[in-house]
Amino acid sequence: MPLDLEHGRDLTLALLPELLLTAWAAALLLYAAWRHRDSSAQRRAGWLSLFGIAASAGAVLWLWIGGARLEGPATSVAVDAFRWAVDLIILVGAALTVLLSVHYLDREGIRVPEYHPLVLFAAVGMMLLAGGADLFVLFLGLELMSVSVYVLAGINRRNPASAEAALKYFLLGAFASAFLLYGIALTYGATGTTKLSRIGAQISALGIESHPMLAAGLALLFVGFGFKVAAVPFHMWTPDVYDGAPTPVTAFMAASVKAAAFAALVRLLLEAFAALQPGWDGVVWGLAAITMVVGNLIALAQRAVKRMLAYSSIAHAGYLLTALVSGSLAGAAAFLFYLLFYTLMTVGAFAVLIAKGRSGERDVTSDDLSGLAESHPLLALTMTVCMLSLLGFPGTAGFIGKWYILTSATGAGYAGLAVVLVLTTVVSAGYYLPIVMAMYMKPRLHEMAHADVGLPRVVRGMLVALVVALLFYGIWPNQLLTLAREGSHAFLPPHVTPVAVPFSPN
Amino acid sequence: MLLGPALAVSAILFSLGVVGVLLRRNAIIIFMCVELMLNAVNLTFVALSQQLGLDGQVFVFFVMTVAAAEAAVGLAIIIALYRHRDTLNLQHINLLRG
Repeated sequence: MPLDLEHGRDLTLALLPELLLTAWAAALLLYAAWRHRDSSAQRRAGWLSLFGIAASAGAVLWLWIGGARLEGPATSVAVDAFRWAVDLIILVGAALTVLLSVHYLDREGIRVPEYHPLVLFAAVGMMLLAGGADLFVLFLGLELMSVSVYVLAGINRRNPASAEAALKYFLLGAFASAFLLYGIALTYGATGTTKLSRIGAQISALGIESHPMLAAGLALLFVGFGFKVAAVPFHMWTPDVYDGAPTPVTAFMAASVKAAAFAALVRLLLEAFAALQPGWDGVVWGLAAITMVVGNLIALAQRAVKRMLAYSSIAHAGYLLTALVSGSLAGAAAFLFYLLFYTLMTVGAFAVLIAKGRSGERDVTSDDLSGLAESHPLLALTMTVCMLSLLGFPGTAGFIGKWYILTSATGAGYAGLAVVLVLTTVVSAGYYLPIVMAMYMKPRLHEMAHADVGLPRVVRGMLVALVVALLFYGIWPNQLLTLAREGSHAFLPPHVTPVAVPFSPN
Repeated sequence: MLLGPALAVSAILFSLGVVGVLLRRNAIIIFMCVELMLNAVNLTFVALSQQLGLDGQVFVFFVMTVAAAEAAVGLAIIIALYRHRDTLNLQHINLLRG
């Protein structure tokens, strides 16, 4: 299905998933404003939002299977398999978040009708991030996502920790956005365009690989994205914000927000700045190495499971950066594969934390999980599979993902980084395994320790599906790997024929 | 025409904003410094649009819209926190420890 984005009809088709979700979110917002007095309306808003997500995912699948491709000049929106793959990962993340939230909001007595529409709006922003082929679409997508998530982080207004998390996230997020925007401005100044494919063409056509303005722009873009994906040394906000935000929102931030920001970074580096790879690989190398080391070491020192998961998500940003360092298609494919299962295992771990938490997820330590396997075998099994998968234990999807990241790095000659990845993974066993041990090998603290632990049937069904997916694709990953490889082919050079526009910066 | 000086001024404004965010401790003032950074970028866009066409000026409108949305949400968050803590000094806002 060739799409010429110069035509209104084709442009509408290309943006159908985003448009459907935006319309649904706006309608849901009206419904929420109209019916906001009883908690059953809020539950219904949650279930309704799932329909919007399903419709959007249907549109994505329709476009992907229909073989939508770009015809005509490159525009502001990408039409390629990478976008569809990331869109689906984001929608899965949003759907899991909604499933967790419906029960959680009821239990904690959080009555905010706009919660579910905000999740949908954030998802639209993420999909724009995944599909934007223009620096400005990326910026607008990022802001739509960020502003929605600032509100979500502080949605529990009665809780001072939630408000504090929202403030920290907001101030540092806005700070990072400003860096990103300045990076966009300088890149625009150096190349004269904001379209990603044209930037790549201009860089080689004008021979401005080492132009100081371009270098400064790329550096600022790295700072901005470094904050958003929580890479060390731009991670200071992450533990506090993840700790203070309501737990379903934390899961959403750790899984989907990070996924979307990473997808935009991948597209930016592989499409616009591919020619500069020998320059930026050192930066990515350094960021990845220090992120893995610092994230894993500090995670070891955490007592609270929620903070431990926050640091673990920082460490995972390092693993994902490792997939990026080579700038190769193999790296992009490994990235897509890992991103999907990173989303699943993160949400699974937070779901168990929610079940155990009951108005105090922040205080749950691994000792509190002692003996969980006895009374709640499903929850213990979910947590075990998620922990082993996060660790990269053979037999789980996390192992396959890490394996492909490793081969993509060593295949391109970045063996040093692969060594760092393996060593830090060994360190991470030191905080993942004690949780498994506590659940299966330690006795309950007292007879009633897990009396109030529980999740509704729908969420338990979701956890079963998660566990099955993590184990199934840990053993038979081939089908998904083929899809991931197809997704990475979006960055096959030459993406467009270079257009040499006579232009001299300054 | 005046491109160099305009870019230099916006770089200086941006740096002032960064320094302000890093050094000040009041949430509102930090937020003002972020706005200063965004406006410095706007100046860059307007200056560049002399050479590169109208795109730069269109971007400024987008940035202003985004900044307004951020201000609306940001001030609401600041008020929500003030109701709990009666202070906007970030040194005293430390329930969560990193």
